[in-house]
Amino acid sequence: MDTTQPAVATHRGPSPLEVFRYDDQIVRMFVLATAIWAAVGMLVGVIIALQIPFWQANLGPYLSFGRLRPLHTNAVVFAFAGNGIFAAIYYSTQRLTKARMFNDLMSRIHFWGWQIIIVSAAITLPLGITTSKEYAELEWPIDIAIALVWIVFAVNFFGTLRNRREKHMYVALWFYIATIITVAMLHVGNSLAIPVSLFKSYPIYAGVQDALVQWWYGHNAVAFFLTTPFLGLMYYFLPKAAERPVFSYRLSIVHFWSLVFLYIWAGPHHLNYTALPEWATSLGMVFSVMLWMPSWGGMINGLFTLRGAWHKLRDSVVLKMFVIAITFYGMSTFEGPMLSVKTVNALSHYTDWTIGHVHAGALGWNGFMTFGLIYWLLPRLWRTPLWSDRLANAHFWVGTIGMLLYVISMYTAGVTQGLMWRAFDETGRLAYPDFMETVVQIIPMYWVRVVGGTLYLTGVLMMGYNMYRTIRLAPKDLPDPAYAVPAQS
Amino acid sequence: MKKFIQTDGRHRRLEGWPLLFTIITTASILVGGLVEFIPLVLVKSNVPVISTVTPFSPLELTGRDLYIREGCNNCHSQMVRPFRDELERYGEYSKPGETIYERPFLWGSKRTGPDLARVGGKYPDLWHVRHMQDPRSTTPASIMPPYAWLLENELDLSDIETKLDRLQMLGTPYSDADIAGAAEAARAQAAAIAQRVAADGGPAGLENREIVALVAFLQRLGRDIRAASNP
Repeated sequence: MDTTQPAVATHRGPSPLEVFRYDDQIVRMFVLATAIWAAVGMLVGVIIALQIPFWQANLGPYLSFGRLRPLHTNAVVFAFAGNGIFAAIYYSTQRLTKARMFNDLMSRIHFWGWQIIIVSAAITLPLGITTSKEYAELEWPIDIAIALVWIVFAVNFFGTLRNRREKHMYVALWFYIATIITVAMLHVGNSLAIPVSLFKSYPIYAGVQDALVQWWYGHNAVAFFLTTPFLGLMYYFLPKAAERPVFSYRLSIVHFWSLVFLYIWAGPHHLNYTALPEWATSLGMVFSVMLWMPSWGGMINGLFTLRGAWHKLRDSVVLKMFVIAITFYGMSTFEGPMLSVKTVNALSHYTDWTIGHVHAGALGWNGFMTFGLIYWLLPRLWRTPLWSDRLANAHFWVGTIGMLLYVISMYTAGVTQGLMWRAFDETGRLAYPDFMETVVQIIPMYWVRVVGGTLYLTGVLMMGYNMYRTIRLAPKDLPDPAYAVPAQS
Repeated sequence: MKKFIQTDGRHRRLEGWPLLFTIITTASILVGGLVEFIPLVLVKSNVPVISTVTPFSPLELTGRDLYIREGCNNCHSQMVRPFRDELERYGEYSKPGETIYERPFLWGSKRTGPDLARVGGKYPDLWHVRHMQDPRSTTPASIMPPYAWLLENELDLSDIETKLDRLQMLGTPYSDADIAGAAEAARAQAAAIAQRVAADGGPAGLENREIVALVAFLQRLGRDIRAASNP
C-alpha cells in the first residue's frame, strides 16, 4: 500500500484501472507540527507546575501563572492534540475513502491557518489578551479565524467523502463527522460576543447563562476534540497496528450513537452546587453517569480488538502506547461520571483532583494515543525504519512513570485539601480556618507533579530526537503513494 | 434494533449516505444543549431578581477587566457553594441573581487560593495594595505571584465609554448619562481609594494606577448580597 507503484492486487475483472495518489506530504506536515507543539505546550506545563510551589518562577507580567496557564491548555489541546488528530484524519480518511483529499490548497490553508492561529494565541495570551473562558480564551479576531479555518477543513473533508471510491463509511469516519460538526457548533455558540476593541469583547451571555454555555462548550471540547477524533483514530490505527479486525461492528454502532447523543448533556456537572439552577446540574449529573457505558463501549472495542494479538505488545511500541492510552481512557471515563455525582463533586470540585482527572485523560489517552500514532506513521510516511526502538521504548517507560507521578500526586493533593476545607473540630468550628494551612499541606505534592511533568516532557523530547534521526535517514524524494482501483462506470 | 445493527442492516445502508449520516449526527448533538439552554433563558424563575444587585461602576468594571487580564480566575473562584464549611469560611452562598451583569461570568473552577465572592470589605484597601505588591507581606506563606506592576502601570480609561455602551447594548441598565460621565466617575472613585490608601500609611499617588481599579472591583465583591440581607 505504501509503494509508489499501483497495487495490482486490487485488480478484479476486466475493468480498466484508475490510478490516484494520496497526499502524504500534508500528513508529514501535521506530524511535525504535532511534535513541535507537544514540546512547547508541555514545557509551558512544566513551567506553570513549578510556579505553584515556587512563586519566584513567576517572571514578570508576561510570564506569570495567570497568563501562562491558558497558554499551556491551548497549546496542548489545540496545537499538540489538534495537529495530531489532523494528521490522523488526513492519513486515514484518504485511505478509508480511497480518494485523495478533496483539495490540496485547502489542506495547506488548513495547516498554515491553524499554525498561525496557534502562534497568535502564544502571543496574545501572555499579553493578557483573554476572554477568561476556559479553553476559549482567545479573543474575537482569532475566534473568527478559527471558524474560517474550520470551515475550510470541513469542506475539504466532506468533499473527500463525496469523492470516495468506497461505498460505505468505516466507523472512524463517523467519529470524524461528529467531531467536525460539533466543534464548529460549540466554538461558534460559545464565542458569540460584542467587540469593544480589537482585543476586547463582552460575551452576549451573562452570569448563569454564560456559565451554562461555557461548560456546554468546555465539557464538549473534551468530548469532541479530545475524545471522538481519538476514538476515530483508534478505530483506524489500532486494527492496523495489531493486524486484527475491530472486535465488534455492532458495538461500534451502539456506542457511537449513544456517545454523541449523551455527551452534550453532561456540561452542567462542571457547575454542581453553583448558582446554576439545580434541575440543570441534576440533568448534567444523570447524563454523565449514563455516559460511562458508551465510553466503555469504545474501550472494550479497542482492547478486545487485541484478542489473540497480545503477544505483539512485546515487540511493538505502537501497541504498547495504544494499550496504555485505551486503559487510561477507560479509567478517566469511569472517574468522570464518578466525579459528576454531586456527593463526590462536593469534595473534589475546586481541588487538584480535577487537575489529576484531566491529566489522566490528556497525558494517558490523548498523549499516548498520539505518540503511538506518530511511531506508527513515522516509518510509513518517511519510508525509513524508526531510528531507535530502544529509545521509543524508553519514551514509553519514562512517559508512563511521569504520568503516574503526576496523577497520583494530584489525587493526593486534591483529596487532602478537599477534606481539610470541610473539616470541623469537636467544638463545631472549622478545623483549618486559615486557608493557607490547606495550601502548605499539599506543597510537597506540587513538587512531585513538577518531577512527573518533567519526566513526561523528557519522553516527548526523546520522541522528537528519534523523529529527527529517522527523518535524516529518509530518502530525499518522497513521492505521494499511488493506488489503483477498478475505474467506476 | 437487530434489523438496524446487523452486518447487512439499515445502519449499513446509512453508512453509504454521508449527507444523511451528517444530518442525523447534527440532530443528535443539538438536543441536549437546547433542552438545557432554552428553559434557562425563557423561564424567569430560574434566575430570581435580587433588587440590590446593580451594575459595576466604571472603575469596578475596569478592575474586573484587569482581573481577567491577569487570569486571577485561574486560581480563585467566585462561587460559594451552599455547604456549612463554605458558609463558615466565606459567607453567604452565591445566588443566580447576583451575577446577571457579569460578562463573562467569573465563577472559576479551581481554588489554588481562596474563593473571592465575599472578599469585598473583608480587608482595608491598603491590605489589597500591599498584597498585590508582595503577597508575602500580608500572608507570609502565600504562594501567589506578585503583581507589583499594577502599582506602576497607568490606569487606562480610554475605552471606558465604549465598554459601558456595549454593555448597555447587551442589556446592562447603564443610562446614557452613566456612559457620558463614565471616565469622570471612574476618576472620582479612583481618587477616593487612593486617598484612603495614602491616609492609612500606604504609597501616595495611586489614583492613576491600575491597582485602584482592581481594588475597587475586589471591594465590590459580595456587597450587593449583603445589602439585600441588611437593608
